[in-house]
Amino acid sequence: MQLEVDITGKTFRSAAGGTHEVLAPLRFAVCPGEVGVLIGPSGCGKSTMLRIILGLDSDFQGRVSRPPQARIGMVFQEPRLLPWRSVEQNVRLAAPDVTDAKLSELFRILELEAHRSHFPGELSLGLARRVALARAFAVEPDLLVLDEPLASLDDALAGRLRDEIATLVASRPVMTLLVTHSLDDAIRLGDRLFFLSPRPARIMHEVPIAIPREARGDAEIAAIKASLVHRTQNGQDGEHGGERASRDIS
Amino acid sequence: MLRLFSFTLFLAIWWIAALLVGGAKLPSPPAVLQVMIAEASSGALFLHLGATLARVALSFVLAMSLGSAIGYLMGRVKLADRLGDPWLILLLNLPALVVIVLAYIWAGLTEAAAIAAIAINKLPTAIVTLREGTRALDRSLDEMATVFAMPRWRAFRHVVLPQLSPYIAASARSGLSLVWKIVLVAELLGRPNGVGFEIGVAFQLFDTPRLLAYSLTFAAVVLVIETLLVQPFEARATRWRPRAA
Repeated sequence: MQLEVDITGKTFRSAAGGTHEVLAPLRFAVCPGEVGVLIGPSGCGKSTMLRIILGLDSDFQGRVSRPPQARIGMVFQEPRLLPWRSVEQNVRLAAPDVTDAKLSELFRILELEAHRSHFPGELSLGLARRVALARAFAVEPDLLVLDEPLASLDDALAGRLRDEIATLVASRPVMTLLVTHSLDDAIRLGDRLFFLSPRPARIMHEVPIAIPREARGDAEIAAIKASLVHRTQNGQDGEHGGERASRDIS
Repeated sequence: MLRLFSFTLFLAIWWIAALLVGGAKLPSPPAVLQVMIAEASSGALFLHLGATLARVALSFVLAMSLGSAIGYLMGRVKLADRLGDPWLILLLNLPALVVIVLAYIWAGLTEAAAIAAIAINKLPTAIVTLREGTRALDRSLDEMATVFAMPRWRAFRHVVLPQLSPYIAASARSGLSLVWKIVLVAELLGRPNGVGFEIGVAFQLFDTPRLLAYSLTFAAVVLVIETLLVQPFEARATRWRPRAA
């Protein structure tokens, strides 16, 4: 019962007729209760990979296996709410089984109580992102996929939401896949970090973090970060495009 | 208030024109009103209005439901679009008169022939509008529904239908006016009752007051349907949109 990704290649045919290789062979797995983090430069093929993992794109070589009845909670890069349904309806439509108590709890944590009956068009981007998070959490997912969920939020809120994600992940054996540009988020949340190369994406480094999430204080995080920066830079010496990749993640 | 002013202005222009042209060609508003009252009290007005309205309702519902379904299919399925497109172009450009006459020849001077002919005239515009609407559907929301494993019907109702509703409203509105125009021709050519039949009679007798009495009553009915049914539906369907200034 784990998410296993074994992609041997994905090419994309452009309008001009040429083919582009988007994904190089790559392979990784995420176990229940574990947070896998994908870190890579913009445009390296992360979104393509997510679409394949979510089952939205079946035109690739390789295999993705996830538990057949796994409920998926997804936070897209842009919130993707239904503009013609209220905040509460948006959550309930994705998660029809959610109880009132659970929903109130989620709205309280994400500070959305005042916005229950608002339409997404009346919300700021930050609020809309929180609704998207509430929606993903409300389905009580077995597989949680977060595509840069904390981008464009202020530090205090991002910090709180990060804690919420950590709490959720700790409370249930959920497989989590987080895509981020922020090394900070990656270290605070991740159990296993995958550093991706520029397009066509492949995994350059796989870095497990041994210290349990709740034991990671500021000092530990700074230490992990220092060792990571050191390690990835050494590893990338002489590699094509490596310098750009490390600039993007730092 | 503004509507009332605009209506009064219309009446004033009509009255002045009637005075200038003379009663035979353009009767004054009171003369037309008199005919209306006479026809209404004899019951004939309501009989003909009712017959026409029933035809409009039947053919409109038929054309809208069939046209929406076909349009949605053609917007979603490429094969259906390829197969249906030549038919669509043919239907779109076929004059209403041809369809009506052929329907009467093939199916006889029957109610079914009249309703079918009217519906066929409205069908292609409904298809085209709904196909356009379906093509404009937001793929990213479809993906969201897929990822969250929404059942088909729920996804259709909450994700697809709200996106189509402006197209359905547009198609309903233009369709209603089209049906209203065509129903009279169909009645004129092959029905023994209805507003179109009455107008045909009035034309043969050059009875302008009667002609105006029937057409204006029907125009009023259309206006009422538009304000009481179509507009509230549109307002409800688009209430999530920020209001235009």
